Amino acid sequence: MNLALTPENLILAALAIPTLAALLIPLCHRAPNLREAVTLISAGMLAIVVWHLLPHVMAGGRPEVALFRILPGVDLAFKVEPLGLVFALVASSLWPINSIYSIGYMRGNGEPRQTTFYVCFAVAIASALGIAFAKNLFTLFIFYELLTISTYPLVTHKGSEEAMQGGRVYLVLLLATSMVLLLPAIIATGVVAGTLDFAPGGILAGKLSPLLLGALLALYVFGIGKAALMPFHFWLPAAMVAPTPVSALLHAVAVVKAGVFTVLKVVVYVFGLDVLSKSGSSEWLTYVASGALLLASLIALMQTNLKARLAYSTVSQLSYVILAAALATGAGAMGGALHIVMHAAGKITLFFCAGAIYVAHHKTEIHQLDGIGHKMPITMFAFLIGSLSVIGLPPLGGSWSKWLIGLGSVDAGFSFVIGVLMLSSLLNVAYLMPIVARAYFVPSPGEQRPPGDGRMQEAPIACLVPMVCTSLLCLILFFFAGDVERLIALAIAKP
Amino acid sequence: MSSIEAHLPILQVLVPLFGALVSAFFRRGVFAWAVALVVSWACFFISAWLLVKVMQTGQTLSYVMGGWSVPQGIEYRIDVLNAFVLVLVTSVGAVVMLYAKRSVAHEVDTHRQAWFYTMYLLCLTGLLGITVTGDAFNVFVFLEVSSLATYVLIALGRHRRGLLASYQYLIVGTIGATFYVIGIGLLYVVTGSLNLGDIAERLGPASADYSRPILAGLAFLTVGICLKLALFPMHVWLPNAYAYAPSVATAFLAGTATKVAVYLLLRIYFTLFGKAFTFAQLHVAEVLLVLSVAAMFLASFSSVFEQHAKRMLAYSSVAQIGYITLGISIANQLALAGGIVHLFNHAVTKAALFLAMGAVFYRTGTLRIDDFAGLGRKMPLTMAAFVIGGLSIIGVPGTAGFVSKWYLAIGALEKGYWPLVFVIMLSSLIAVVYIGRIVEAAYFREATDRVASVREAPASMLVPLWILTAATVYLGIDTRATADVALSAAKMLLGGGR
Repeated sequence: MNLALTPENLILAALAIPTLAALLIPLCHRAPNLREAVTLISAGMLAIVVWHLLPHVMAGGRPEVALFRILPGVDLAFKVEPLGLVFALVASSLWPINSIYSIGYMRGNGEPRQTTFYVCFAVAIASALGIAFAKNLFTLFIFYELLTISTYPLVTHKGSEEAMQGGRVYLVLLLATSMVLLLPAIIATGVVAGTLDFAPGGILAGKLSPLLLGALLALYVFGIGKAALMPFHFWLPAAMVAPTPVSALLHAVAVVKAGVFTVLKVVVYVFGLDVLSKSGSSEWLTYVASGALLLASLIALMQTNLKARLAYSTVSQLSYVILAAALATGAGAMGGALHIVMHAAGKITLFFCAGAIYVAHHKTEIHQLDGIGHKMPITMFAFLIGSLSVIGLPPLGGSWSKWLIGLGSVDAGFSFVIGVLMLSSLLNVAYLMPIVARAYFVPSPGEQRPPGDGRMQEAPIACLVPMVCTSLLCLILFFFAGDVERLIALAIAKP
Repeated sequence: MSSIEAHLPILQVLVPLFGALVSAFFRRGVFAWAVALVVSWACFFISAWLLVKVMQTGQTLSYVMGGWSVPQGIEYRIDVLNAFVLVLVTSVGAVVMLYAKRSVAHEVDTHRQAWFYTMYLLCLTGLLGITVTGDAFNVFVFLEVSSLATYVLIALGRHRRGLLASYQYLIVGTIGATFYVIGIGLLYVVTGSLNLGDIAERLGPASADYSRPILAGLAFLTVGICLKLALFPMHVWLPNAYAYAPSVATAFLAGTATKVAVYLLLRIYFTLFGKAFTFAQLHVAEVLLVLSVAAMFLASFSSVFEQHAKRMLAYSSVAQIGYITLGISIANQLALAGGIVHLFNHAVTKAALFLAMGAVFYRTGTLRIDDFAGLGRKMPLTMAAFVIGGLSIIGVPGTAGFVSKWYLAIGALEKGYWPLVFVIMLSSLIAVVYIGRIVEAAYFREATDRVASVREAPASMLVPLWILTAATVYLGIDTRATADVALSAAKMLLGGGR
């Protein structure tokens, strides 16, 4: 076997590294520091491997590896293309940061069963990469299901009755949507198109009437439960019982990103942007996604638990990506893909903050956070940065993705979407900014000390450093959005 | 060597038969077990040899007993389909026998253990005989041999309800066998032959004059075999029989008895009568379709509310058999292949699950799901195997169960039955609930006093369990051994395989 750093070997390495980590971690069960070292080293190596694939793809290469045949005509095969690489970069870059945070959180809280935690994390990352690099719908489906199953123990980590209930909703909803809607959609695609491979321009051109195309799209979009399109979004708030590093994984690093990435991938590489725009089969989805977007934001406003509010915020933000995909234009697809990146950075920051507040002060409800800005200035500042990015204000990354989606909607002739985006940004302000404002400007309940007395009670350093890194990332991404756009543009370029 | 090779078909049946005889002379269970183990593995090698021969030559093997030629003599015919089923039955038997020593010692009274192995070998003889023979009455003989042995096997446990379950199965099973022999009798009257191939040839010309008796024969055969198959609603014997039999018996039966009955149904429908007659004249497809869907849903629902772990898995088996018969009812190459491959996949998976339950019973002495609290930590390997088997029942990709559902769904879609695709997937979802209940109990609840001091199962039980569990995963990834064989078997059956 050729051990050189060929792109094909890089793909295999990207999948092998987290898998090997998952196998090694249980062996280090009795030596926690060694065990954490395995996670950190693997995460670092993985990021390096995936970033090494970038120049190949930018140069026009599309490396692929076929592993073996599972069913006649269906291989377990991988192929790196620009969209997949974007997702892989997000997942592999955030895993090390999330791992450092996890160590801080898990040790800070004295959580039990940490070995299982890190093992499942590694398997989840491996699944995410499998989804990112899948060459055909079948490979994607296998890793999609593996992601559901490997995150179930993470969601139910606390082991309480509540965690079990949350886990039930999580597992049943995700398995139900994928088995009853997504799998039939994949099978139907295979039968109609004769192949399950992704192809630029799609594989369904001229094969189905617009009505059937729309129906198939519905099966896909609702079947990809991880994209949390209403009404199949309930698993996301239910998964809030998980420890915060898991929430960060779910919302930013892997799970929901896998969902919306799959939606984008299906729209671009199975249906084809041109096929969809000509047939108008995705028009209904723009309305549904817009409605979900606004509804989720409204529900977020009504939440009193911080993580619950962030969860519904994620539901809303995911609908941005689905909306962008539904526009069926190049600019829309680019906006959606860019939003995956921007939202990942913003949301992970927000969740890191929420977790830090829990570790330092055991506070979970928003009304408890009055005045906490003085005890946790760094945390709340990071929260401010993350909020601004989610709201979409420059100079933070989130502004570019919203801009592109707006552009895409005008391109597609759906100008009302601009109004939707404006309204939702206002709602974002309404449910995020008060938290920051009250943290800084309202004195904490029961404390008569004037603000600014210098008594800081911040989270452990292992929680703070990742938080600061990701908030910096929100800022950096504003300036490097153009580079990300160049990568994504390769995905939707005409073949 | 070549003389052994020439007589392989009859050896497949004689070896376990003589093994049963030898085993009956022993008083101590452990010697009988040794005989059973050696015989089971010998049978496995014979069946593997036969399968290789059939695959290599691509032709049906034919062996006539005592040199009496067809149609007066009894002929053994082996083609791809029954070679496949032979390998299935013998491999499940071989692996279960590895497990059996401790389990039977624990669950069966000392003075009965040798009888247990004797009955097991007789059951094996019967099942292999049904599969390997090409003579309709010979099938009945072996059917009764295996059934009688099964009735005894079920009753040999210590549970008092086992006796009742055995009796229930005795009644129902005898009715089934009687229906079968009536059906064969009718065909004999019409065609004058008992050889399956011969009857098939003679049915064509005879059907013009004797269409009523032939139809009646087909109906009796269908009902008789479906009673053995445990097709809903003729499944009522199965839950209690599986629940109260000793664990080894349950695991073996779950993996073999109903599967051999399915094989028999396939032979009757496709080889004997031919697809055209069966599906056109008797509306078999519609009836089977409705009953299969009913089985898939109603049996799965019954599983959800069961507290007894083995009975829950038994209802799950009834539902899974529904998938197999669904494939038969759709009757195009892909769906039929899906049904045949599920025959294999489900056998392996269910045997593994019942072995896991047997290991739990061995250590804890209980089979109530509520008592499984905390077992995930006390018996991690056993429960991990259970989880994987459960995933296969749900049909998660990467496990064998997914492959079957894939073929069934494509087959249904190709025939235009797209609502069936959703039905198949929806019913699989119910499995999430009943498997999930055991997972939640084992991993989320604190161990009660009852199970506080249990250890992991012994290696002699874990190794066979994990052999089958690994097979469940392997067969979900490398489908060449099962799916390709199933596809060619389906093609042969639909082409009028003879």
